[in-house]
Amino acid sequence: MNNELLNILNSTVANATPLVIAAIGETLNERAGVVNLSLDGSLALAAMTGFVVGVTTGSAGLGFLAAAIVGALVALLIVVADIQLKQDQIAVGFVLTLLLADIAQFLGQEYAGMPSNPLSPVRIPGVADIPIIGPIFFNHSVIVYFSYVLIIVTWLMMFHSRPGLAQRAVGERPATAFARGTRVNRQRLFYTVLGGLLIGIAGASYSLAIKPGWSNPPAMRGDGWIALAIVIFGGWHPFRVALGAYLFALLRALSSAIQRSPDIQIPLVLLNMLPWLLMIGTLILVSSGVIDRLLRVMPRPAQRWSRNFLRSDPPAALGTRFDPD
Amino acid sequence: MEITLRHIDKRFGKVHANADISVTFSEGKIYGVLGENGAGKSTLMKILAGFQPADQGEIVVDGKPREARLHFGPTESIRSGIGMLQQDPLDIASFTVIEDFVYGSGARLTMGLREARKALKIQCQRFGFDLDQESPVSHLTIGQRQQLEIVRLLALGVRVLILDEPTTGISAEQKETLFSTLGLLAHQEGMTILLVSHKLEDVVALCDRVVVLRAGQVVGEREMPATTSELVKMMFAEELPPQSRQAVTLGKKRVALEDVALRGRRVSLEGLHLSLSSGEVVGLAGLDGSGQDLVLRAAAGVIRTARGRVTVDGRDMTGKSYRQFRQAGVAFAAAGRLEEGLIAGLTLTEHVALGMPGALVKWRAAEADTSERLQRFNVRGRPESQVQQLSGGNQQRFLMAIMPANLALLAVEQPTRGLDVDSARWVWTQILARRASGTAVLFSSPDLDEIIQYSDRVIVFFAGRFIELADLSGVSIDDLGHLIGGQFEQANHA
Repeated sequence: MNNELLNILNSTVANATPLVIAAIGETLNERAGVVNLSLDGSLALAAMTGFVVGVTTGSAGLGFLAAAIVGALVALLIVVADIQLKQDQIAVGFVLTLLLADIAQFLGQEYAGMPSNPLSPVRIPGVADIPIIGPIFFNHSVIVYFSYVLIIVTWLMMFHSRPGLAQRAVGERPATAFARGTRVNRQRLFYTVLGGLLIGIAGASYSLAIKPGWSNPPAMRGDGWIALAIVIFGGWHPFRVALGAYLFALLRALSSAIQRSPDIQIPLVLLNMLPWLLMIGTLILVSSGVIDRLLRVMPRPAQRWSRNFLRSDPPAALGTRFDPD
Repeated sequence: MEITLRHIDKRFGKVHANADISVTFSEGKIYGVLGENGAGKSTLMKILAGFQPADQGEIVVDGKPREARLHFGPTESIRSGIGMLQQDPLDIASFTVIEDFVYGSGARLTMGLREARKALKIQCQRFGFDLDQESPVSHLTIGQRQQLEIVRLLALGVRVLILDEPTTGISAEQKETLFSTLGLLAHQEGMTILLVSHKLEDVVALCDRVVVLRAGQVVGEREMPATTSELVKMMFAEELPPQSRQAVTLGKKRVALEDVALRGRRVSLEGLHLSLSSGEVVGLAGLDGSGQDLVLRAAAGVIRTARGRVTVDGRDMTGKSYRQFRQAGVAFAAAGRLEEGLIAGLTLTEHVALGMPGALVKWRAAEADTSERLQRFNVRGRPESQVQQLSGGNQQRFLMAIMPANLALLAVEQPTRGLDVDSARWVWTQILARRASGTAVLFSSPDLDEIIQYSDRVIVFFAGRFIELADLSGVSIDDLGHLIGGQFEQANHA
């Protein structure tokens, strides 16, 4: 495989990382029934905070920590507004997304364009030497490795642990969860804050690692909406969500490669539409009933796994409030 | 386990749901808890099972009293040995059977599926339940979901089992299995079983003792056996005459489905012929999702047929939109009244105004029309109330009140779902009045009594197959119960 292609794929994995982390975070709270619609604003505010703290203290770790706290606080605001103040999650999230992006721009003004030292790549000995796989997946900064672990741990937690059962139950049918002894609103609080924490880390991974620096307007504007779309595309399953993020980043990389090449003439608008068309196409396929028929003829052990992986329905209680009697 | 309720009292606003109820349930017995909807039996059972606190009173479990007004959730209740099976079992549709069985059985990090599989298998073998552990709960019938919930509660060590209307929507075989299971649990293992039901035949067949509630109070208790008419007297203080259904001479053919094929998400059916004449009532029976919902919706024009012809008053309506069906005189009332039939958030007047012609709303005319309809159809509500504020019975009556007069076809899905006896009678009075004026009626119901009582003909569905019973004389509820469980061969021989 030629080096240029390897480089494109390597940077695709890196570019997808903030999307992966943000979308997995959102998956965690949506599986528990809470929509955090503030993603686009949260990412910007967290990216700004992470960068400012990272630059002024000289420690990227502190930058990530600060960003995570910002993400968690925003999420806390949404879930408290929902549970305590009986406010609509969607409305609160939407207002926050607009507000936070502006706050980020305002507070980050002085830091725009300031130089920084991004996280340096770490080669993982052994796996980094595997041909093709090594250079694509194992020559990255720490945050990328964190995202790999996150995907797998989330999947294990969600589908292979008792806490995962409780989390999914809360998002599907809170009345049942309550009857089985799960404290519904406490679970929702926990997973929303955890999701927010990850969204914060995703924000900082732009400004401290993947697209180092801070600019006005911020470089990641719009990515929050993309992450929300990827959660839907990913059917609220960590593997499919991750796949969606990588696919999206790959198509973006391809479209910019094609733009740079002088031989191919495709209108830019068309290229930029490609990821969305693919997303819509996949959603239509998954919800068409073709999958249902396919599932029925599959061998039994494969059925359970693929049913979770291929589902297209959102958690049944997503966005609803639960008041225990 | 012996349970005594002492002076249980519970109010919901102005409604006194439970008024100073004292009763004892002793072990090794099956109790029937009787009363019409609104008598307070569900409230009492929910208090007992920890789903809601009482305002006052005491619950004594094996000699240990606790105050019923203090918080004591369903999980604490199960730990104390009392478990409740809800009418719509509280499970998670997207879980597999084994996941649902495991969920709530203890705090631990790993799933522990290996032991759970063994435990579930042993429980199922004990009672002859046939549950596929890897199948998603959404693929189970209501009967199977009940079985899952029963073995789950038993595995948690429950000694008192409360069942809320467990025989609605299950087949005769599932009912036999359920009853033999309950008999075994009570008479051999000494458990206490409380069966909440308005189906007196079931109570007569199963229970050792009955407790009758009326208007929030215990109005009677007696040992069984007793006849159903004796029980009716205890419930209503008088015997209700069966609703009379005047003979109506069938008129011209109004709606016909000819060699129709239908495709649903879970079932498909082929080769259906159905024709309804003026004044005819056809009942569609079957377990939830067996195909009856498809036929009802296809006849009403809500879904399209994959093949075949649909005619209304002789006009070919195949492939036409629901709007055109409505114009041809067809009306449809879905089981989910507030989801598919009425619009929550709109007032009654606004509903009527929606059906009026013209671009501008004449509010005064709409309000007058609404008042008139409310009176004529005996709907308790004001024109300016929002529709979701009405009770279920009034919603159903209002839904039919805003349908146009002189329909060709009235298609009603589960007309009396969730209604008490009195409201149900009012709804049927209305349907029968439409029938008398020449409308053909097509309805589905999980309640086999209702099917037998009101239908001229019945079509029974099982997994997309169907059989027509043109003559209902000599067909018992039990026969129908076997048919909805898929035993069509017997009917063909008979």
